[in-house]
Amino acid sequence: MKRKKSKEFANPYSVSNAFRNGDTLTRLSAVIMGLGNLAHKQIIKGLIFLAIEIAYIVFMATKGIELLLDFIRLGGEEEIEIYNESLGIYQYQPGDNSLLMLLYGVVAIFVTIGFVVVWRASIKSAYKTQCYIEKGKKPLSFRDDIRGLFDQNLHQLLLSLPLAGILIFTILPLVFMIAMAFTNYSKIDNHLTLFDWVGLKNFATVLNFKDSIGGTFWSVLGWTLVWAVAATFSNYFLGMILAMIINRKGTKLKSLWRFMFMLSVAVPQFVSLLLMRTMFSQNGIVNNLLIKYGLIENALPFWSDASWARVMVIIINLWIGIPFTILQITGILQNIPADLYEAARVDGAGPVTIFFKITLPYMLFVTSPYLITTFTNNVNNFNVIYLLSGGAPTPVGSTAGKTDLLVTWLYKLTIDNQYYNVGAVIGIMTFAVLAVVSLITYHRTGSYKNEEGFQ
Amino acid sequence: MKKSNTTLYRARKNTVNVLIHILLAVLCTIWVLPIAWIVLISFKAKDGPYMDTLIPAEFTIDNYVKLFTDTGVLNFPRMFMNTLIISIFTCIISAFFVLAVSYCMSRMRFRMRKPMMNIALILGMFPSFMSMVAVYYILKAIGLSEGSLIRVALVLVYSGGAGLGFYIAKGFFDTIPKTIDEAAYIDGATRFQVFTRITIPLSRPIIVYTLLQAFMSPWLDFVFAKVICRADARYYTVSIGLWNMLEKEYVHQWFNCFTAGAVIISIPISILFMITQNFYREGVSGAVKG
Repeated sequence: MKRKKSKEFANPYSVSNAFRNGDTLTRLSAVIMGLGNLAHKQIIKGLIFLAIEIAYIVFMATKGIELLLDFIRLGGEEEIEIYNESLGIYQYQPGDNSLLMLLYGVVAIFVTIGFVVVWRASIKSAYKTQCYIEKGKKPLSFRDDIRGLFDQNLHQLLLSLPLAGILIFTILPLVFMIAMAFTNYSKIDNHLTLFDWVGLKNFATVLNFKDSIGGTFWSVLGWTLVWAVAATFSNYFLGMILAMIINRKGTKLKSLWRFMFMLSVAVPQFVSLLLMRTMFSQNGIVNNLLIKYGLIENALPFWSDASWARVMVIIINLWIGIPFTILQITGILQNIPADLYEAARVDGAGPVTIFFKITLPYMLFVTSPYLITTFTNNVNNFNVIYLLSGGAPTPVGSTAGKTDLLVTWLYKLTIDNQYYNVGAVIGIMTFAVLAVVSLITYHRTGSYKNEEGFQ
Repeated sequence: MKKSNTTLYRARKNTVNVLIHILLAVLCTIWVLPIAWIVLISFKAKDGPYMDTLIPAEFTIDNYVKLFTDTGVLNFPRMFMNTLIISIFTCIISAFFVLAVSYCMSRMRFRMRKPMMNIALILGMFPSFMSMVAVYYILKAIGLSEGSLIRVALVLVYSGGAGLGFYIAKGFFDTIPKTIDEAAYIDGATRFQVFTRITIPLSRPIIVYTLLQAFMSPWLDFVFAKVICRADARYYTVSIGLWNMLEKEYVHQWFNCFTAGAVIISIPISILFMITQNFYREGVSGAVKG
């Protein structure tokens, strides 16, 4: 299977072939980009390659090298005060800003990688032109290339802008953040303007049980996993049962029930969550009503007690999540082959047996990709925790509360505490947890293996 | 004997039915109550979040009036306009990105296709705002973090990575039979023509779905908006505004307005949501029937 795939996209005009079989002009194109094209009258193409090469060399010579060196050193000069005698005042001479050095360094690396891609393209293009000439064909004109962009190479045209967007707004920041995980960029010891590479030290801190941050990490990780499993499966099973109750034969007014549940989906999540927080707060309406009718004496500690808060976020997450589950699952439930049920009923199976022997196995089989996505979303469920409990209750002196997930803790570490390096490590850890779970399960799903089933 | 058995069975079935309907009614009350409560409070006369009755004593529309006229501290109309402008541009750009990427992933066959799909999957597993701080510094370096350019920055942030969300639209394009494309190629159409003249017109449901989804995100997000706007209240979006109304210094005067604002933005979103759901169902069930 693998071999077939690589053959499918086998390209005779590869870089290695170009060096093996190319003539002097093609090989020289590796040094002077676009030479092969220029010599064979592909003037515009050749000039574009040449211009890119010159631009890159100028960039590297004037700035790039310095940026890359700064990236390695991350600067060391502090801001200093200099007495300006002619004006008679103290002036500040700006020092280095490690953060900008890190950012520009990453950008310079990206530019270099981009240049390598163009460089490879220029060699391939020169070799291709050479082959065309050897075969006696006319080399592609610039107009042919443009036309190709709208036809067999349409993907290059369509993907260029979206890929640029993803590169600048997703991958570049991510690489930048990952790089931060290996520095001491943090409020601790005042490393907010000047910081240095520290290797794997932050990972050691986070994974160390005895360190205060390490201890917090393990307890937060534990709660994150408990939360993700509890939230995913409670929503899944209760949602499924509710969907089945609404769908069963004896139930009247099916669409009315469905509509009532769907109503909560339509309200923006942050509004309903903020409202829930207010309702269940110390002086909120729930406590007030319960006290007024004499059911309790003192206000219930919904958000101030760890166990209460943990149970509350899971319960309120049910309120948020069950309608989504009903929405997703109803269609699949109706697709379970009816003869399976009939056969079971003839054999004398009761509703409970039918659920555990037919409905559940079928649903688990079909909805495993959905379950993985839900699990991933729950591990990264920033909104529910941050807006409901805000991670509270927070023990004195700790950076994370008892209901904080890895993501909300990451937010607090970076935004509130400015421990950027530890935050970056936590982000990488979250990713690691998710990657392990999804890689094991995702590649087994049918929609991945059999994507052309309907075409 | 047999007859009494069936009546017994029927009686049991009836009790089960009644019990289930009672259960459904109770659950629906739980689900609808908070929403009904938002609407009730938005018409409440007395200020502040403190309440000890479910139904307010007096009703008024002052909260709505205040929301739109009292623009000294929290300028709701301006936030509304900001969000509207941002979401219109976001929705156009990201719909283009999503459709372009998903068409390529579904219809074109090129060497980097599978690797790209896997990379998209991996990128999706990083917490989305892990890179938030980095995005802010990148925008600052480009010079988009000050003044009215904040709006441009927010549009770019919401739509920049949109290309990664191609999975649903790709699934839809996968259901359009390839034979239609092939017939067009035989007639001499280029791939670009097939994309614009055949695939796009056949994909109305998924295009509407993508457009609406992208339109809604600026109304719902508050994390990125907060980090990028910082303290510059002139460019706040609706969600930051609503969030601020519940902060300690504002909550007493603004709690009722918060609910009024919530009602106002919930109405269009729920309408859009219902439209999307219809298109989503249509989209998932395939483009060409039969």
